[in-house]
Amino acid sequence: MHKLWASTYKEFLLLRRDVGGLAILFVMPLILLITITLIQNSTFKTLKETKIPILLVDNDLGTVSKSINKGLSRANTFEIIKKSSSEEAKNLVFKGEYQLAIVIPSNLSKDLNIKVNENVDGILAKFGLEEENVVSPKTKIQKKEVVLYFDPATQQSFKNAIKNGIDKIISGIEIQSIYKAFESQLSDTPNSEPIFETESFISFKEITPDGNEDYIPNASQHNVPAWALFAIFFIILPLSINIVKEKSQGTFVRLRTNPVSYATVLGGKTLVYLAVCLTQFVLMLLIGLYVFPLISLPEIDISGKLLMLLTVALFSGLAAIGLGLLLGTIFKTHEQSAPFGATLVVILAAIGGVWVPVFVMPKFMQALSNISPMNWGLNAFYDVFLRNVSFKEIVPEITLLLIFFIVTTIISILYNEKKNAA
Amino acid sequence: MILINQLSKKYKDADTYALQNLDLAIEQQEIFGLLGPNGAGKTTLISMLSSLVKPTSGSFSINGLTYKENKNKLKQIIGIVPQEYALYPTLTAYENLSYLGSMYGINGKTLKTRIHQHLETLGLDNFASKKVGFFSGGMKRRVNLIASILHEPKVLFLDEPTVGVDVQSKNVIIEHLKGLNANGTTIIYTSHHLNEAEHLCTRVGIIDHGKLICKGKPAELISKQEDANNLEDVFITITGKALRDYA
Repeated sequence: MHKLWASTYKEFLLLRRDVGGLAILFVMPLILLITITLIQNSTFKTLKETKIPILLVDNDLGTVSKSINKGLSRANTFEIIKKSSSEEAKNLVFKGEYQLAIVIPSNLSKDLNIKVNENVDGILAKFGLEEENVVSPKTKIQKKEVVLYFDPATQQSFKNAIKNGIDKIISGIEIQSIYKAFESQLSDTPNSEPIFETESFISFKEITPDGNEDYIPNASQHNVPAWALFAIFFIILPLSINIVKEKSQGTFVRLRTNPVSYATVLGGKTLVYLAVCLTQFVLMLLIGLYVFPLISLPEIDISGKLLMLLTVALFSGLAAIGLGLLLGTIFKTHEQSAPFGATLVVILAAIGGVWVPVFVMPKFMQALSNISPMNWGLNAFYDVFLRNVSFKEIVPEITLLLIFFIVTTIISILYNEKKNAA
Repeated sequence: MILINQLSKKYKDADTYALQNLDLAIEQQEIFGLLGPNGAGKTTLISMLSSLVKPTSGSFSINGLTYKENKNKLKQIIGIVPQEYALYPTLTAYENLSYLGSMYGINGKTLKTRIHQHLETLGLDNFASKKVGFFSGGMKRRVNLIASILHEPKVLFLDEPTVGVDVQSKNVIIEHLKGLNANGTTIIYTSHHLNEAEHLCTRVGIIDHGKLICKGKPAELISKQEDANNLEDVFITITGKALRDYA
C-alpha cells in the first residue's frame, strides 16, 4: 500500500511540475467545449434567430410567388434577396456568395389556377354538380418547375432540409388553390362564410422523457456530455507519453530492478489520471453552469443528476486510462505513442457517435460502434443528461467501461511481463 | 556469494553470442571489476544478474537465491546503478530518492535519515531540494548511486558509475563505494577506467567477445604478463589493439 501511495504521489508531482502539460490537460478541453458549443448553438439557433441570405428570382409575379415569398419569410430562417435574372442568381450561388437561389417560373400562378379549376370542374361534372354538365376540353399546360441552385459546397443535409421546406410550401399553395376553386364553384354568394377550413388539422407536439412539454434539450445539453467524454479520452495521450518517457529516461529500467510490481506502478498512474479526468469533468460542468450563460449560451441543467454524472465520468475515465496504459506499455517511443494516441481518440469519437449519431451510420459502423468504449460512455451520459433515467439503467454501460479498464490493464501487465521477463 | 554457471546470452536476430558459457564465482564482500572493450558482454552480464535480461542458457544465484524462485527477495538484497541517470529530472533530489527508496519498502523516518546521510556523504546535502534536471553530470551520478543503496543492498552492481564525471565527483563516488564495501557490501562493477579498477577492485575479470578470458587479483594479472606495468598493459595484451566498433 505504501508503494502505491508513493507511486501516486510521484505521479502527482510529475504532473504538477509539467505546467504546459497541465494547461493542455485542463484548458484545451474547456476551449474545445466552448468553441464547439458556440458553433453547435448557432446551428440550433439558425431556425430561430440567424437568417441565411438567399436569392429569389420571381418570374411569376402572381399569387403563387407571393405565397412562396410569404412562406419563406414566415419560416424566419431566410433573408430573401430578390434578383431579376436567374442567370445572375445562378452565378452568384455557384461562386459561393450565396447558399441558395430559388427561381419561380413565369405564369406559375396563372397556369396553376387553370389546372386546378379544370380539375375541380371535371370532378364536379362527374358528381353532376356542374351547371352545364359539360366538361370543357383541357388546356395543354406544361408542368412547372421551381428551380433551385445550391452552392456546391452546401452539405446534403442542408439541401434536403431546404428542398423539404419548399416542397411543403408549394404543396400548401396547391391545396389552398384547390380549396379555393371548390369554394368558388360551390358558393352562390361571393362573400359567404368559407366552406373549407384551410388551417392544418394535424399538428406536432414533442414530449421529452421528463414529461415536460416545453423543455427541449439545447446545444449545451448535447455538447457538454459529448465533448467532456472526448476530453476524458484524450487522457490517453499524456498518459501513454508519460509511460514511454519513463522508458526513455531510464527510470523504468530502474523500477524493473526494484521489488515493485508493474501493477503498483500502473496503479499510481491510474489514481492520478483518474483524478485529472474527474477534475476535467467538473470544470466542464462548471463552465456549462456558470460560463455558458455569460457568453449567451444556454446553461446546462444538472439538477438531481450530479452523482450519476460523476459516476459515468469515473468509469469513462477508467476506460480511457486502461487504453492509455496499454498504449504506453506497448509503444517504445514518443513518436509512436503521440500520433497514434491522438488519431485513436478521434477515431473512437467518430465511431462512438460524438460527431455523427450512431443511427445514421452504415450497419457495419453501427456494429463497430457497439464495441466502442466511447459509445458506452456517451450513451450513459445521454441517459443521464437527456433521457432522465435511473441509476439502474446506466449499470450495463458503466459495467462495460469497467470491464474494458480491467481487460486493458491486465493485457498491459501481461505484455510487460512477457517483454521483460528475466 | 555470486555463483554463475555456464551463463550464455544470444540476442534475437544476433549472429553471435553476447555472452557465452560464462563460469564465475564472486565471494562475499569482494569488489569485482568486469573489464572489457565495448560490446564485450559486460553490460549483458550485469543486466542478467539484475533481472533486466533473460539468459539464453545457464544459471546463476546470488546469496543462494534465484529469480525463478525468490524474485522479490533477490531484488531486495541487490542494488543496481545503471549506466543512464535513471532519475526524474523534474523531481528534486530528495523527491527522487524518497520515491525510489519507497519502492524498496523503506519509509518514514528511516528513509528520511538514510537519504540525508547519503546526500551529506556525497556532498549533495545543499541540493536536496533542487530539481535533478539542473544538476551537473557528476551530481546526477551521485544521486544515481544513492538511489541504489538506500535499502542497504548486500550486493551492488554498478555499470560504469564514473563515466563522464569530473575527478572530484569520481573520487567521492569511489570513496563511498569503498565505505560500503567495508560495511559488507559485495560490489560488481564495470568500467573502462583501468587505473580506477586496478586500485579499487579486489579481483577483476577481463571479458572479450562474450567470453571471460582471465580473472584474478590486479597485481597477479600484472605480474603474470611480461612487460606489463599496469592493468592497462595487461588489457591491451589480452584483448589486442583492434578497434571494437559495433552497431
